[in-house]
Amino acid sequence: MTNSNDFQWRRDRDGLGVWEHRGKVAIAGYGHSPVDRRWDGENLDTSLGAYTILACQKAMEQAGVTIDQVDGIVCCDSHIAGGSGGSASNWAPRPYFAPPYDSEYGITLINAQWLIGAMGFKNVKFAPTGVPTIGEMVGMASQAVGDGVCNTCLVIYPTGNLEGRYRRGGENADDYARGARQWTVPWGNHGGNDFINIFPHNQYCLKYGGEHDDLAPFVINQHKNGMLTPWGFNVNHGVEPITVEDYKTSRYILNPLRIWDCDRPVNASVAYLFTTAERARDMKSQPVYVLNHSQHNFRFRTTQPDLDEVEMWTDRQAARMYEGAGMGPADVDIFNPYDGYAIMTQFFLEGFQWHGVKRGDAFAFYAGDISVKGPHPFFSSGGNLGNGRTRSAMYTDSIEQLRGTAGDRQVTVRAETALCAFTTPSSGGWLMLGKYPS
Amino acid sequence: MPKVIPVPDELSQPFWDAVNQRRLMIQYCTVCGKLQYPPQATCQVCGSAHNLEWKEVEGKGHIGAYITIEDGRLNRRMPDQPYNLAMVTLDADPTVNFYSNLPGTPAYEVPVGAAVELTFEEVAPGQLIHEWRVLE
Ligand SMILES: [Zn+2]
Repeated sequence: MTNSNDFQWRRDRDGLGVWEHRGKVAIAGYGHSPVDRRWDGENLDTSLGAYTILACQKAMEQAGVTIDQVDGIVCCDSHIAGGSGGSASNWAPRPYFAPPYDSEYGITLINAQWLIGAMGFKNVKFAPTGVPTIGEMVGMASQAVGDGVCNTCLVIYPTGNLEGRYRRGGENADDYARGARQWTVPWGNHGGNDFINIFPHNQYCLKYGGEHDDLAPFVINQHKNGMLTPWGFNVNHGVEPITVEDYKTSRYILNPLRIWDCDRPVNASVAYLFTTAERARDMKSQPVYVLNHSQHNFRFRTTQPDLDEVEMWTDRQAARMYEGAGMGPADVDIFNPYDGYAIMTQFFLEGFQWHGVKRGDAFAFYAGDISVKGPHPFFSSGGNLGNGRTRSAMYTDSIEQLRGTAGDRQVTVRAETALCAFTTPSSGGWLMLGKYPS
Repeated sequence: MPKVIPVPDELSQPFWDAVNQRRLMIQYCTVCGKLQYPPQATCQVCGSAHNLEWKEVEGKGHIGAYITIEDGRLNRRMPDQPYNLAMVTLDADPTVNFYSNLPGTPAYEVPVGAAVELTFEEVAPGQLIHEWRVLE
């Protein structure tokens, strides 16, 4: 097995020009498992392994692809809660079960090796280790298929969650702060994207005028779109739509960051099937073409990124993405950036200037009509806030909008191109999709 | 209440040694003239590892922004909630910033833009951390 870094797949520099495989790679299918709040630690039909197998089966079935045709597996093997886990005692070590659930793999972790064994893939020639998150995986798969490293590639992103408060155990329960944590944790910053982005967000409110709760219409709209997403967490678990009053009276986490600004951790898995445009045309479902992929991992210049840094980073992301796709802001019909904290979304909206929104204009834009049936159907997926922390709604909605299969979420404006991401201002990746290859 | 205790490593040992002597020593590139904090293996401007030295800086700064932690994830800080977390910019180079709990400033009552001065707090026997206090 090759490490993901052995293959030069990243488009993570400025000025790379139009992507050489623009329109020659396609997504031919996707599959979602059910989205649960947590795994109960017992039911093997709802483990992350079982859900991953299910997601892969659905993606292959939608594309009309069989096990023997799959020759690439790009699977994220990291535990979504990382070193901080949940309630430490419930995560591991634990008693195990009969194969294929006789190790942590298949239960709270999935990797390509486990999946190949569990599902019986026979012809996989590309299954890298050390795979990053979905924001970059979709780019890795696109480049691998474009370069001919593999032809038909499953991209799998499992997101695990067990009993106990999310990320309350492990290193967050430690009395000592080691490594990079020595510069943040002694003062109370445990090191998440909530902390990274809330300071620039506060500076944003001061600089451009506005207040934190101006996010309310955006967050509420995410919930509305989530209620129109049949596979999502909210719609299947009785999450009631929220009102402006609910939002403004909700409890604070990192004041002014509120509970409704945070996405809900879930236990779920998703799979996407990438293949060549040529092969996709003969497959069972309508293909959606990849027009560009890009990545970024900007180095912090000091402890805490500030507004200037975040705006510069998102400007550069936009420039790379538009350049590689040969497109500009006016060419993007569907825009699904990232909301794994509501406070970061305005930086993407303004950096990419979707629907002409410039720096400082986001809150006024949120206050207008951003509904899926209106003229500015911003974030039509509902993102993580509307569907749970699967980090995949942005991709699935984009595919569905271009295919015209988004159901009650289908936009009424043109839907021929879609820009989607799992990213933060500092790191992650973007994917541009098209209904047509050019 | 107790703060989480930093564990120095090879790169950060000189920094924490200085803090334990109540001094703020920042990495400095003798070629670029850039101060950098936290310490890194190479200069963020020129990329070189060979011209980095330690330079004592004056403990004066300003509050750039702040939040109040009400429901954090660190076990050891739970009893402190709610508490302030400020971003303090260094006057000698405002692109360098530090976190601070602003000892002496009540939660939610942070004067954004105010001047602050360096102070130190003992978090374990013999281990200080750098903190900042609002100037009256
Ligand atoms: Zn230098």
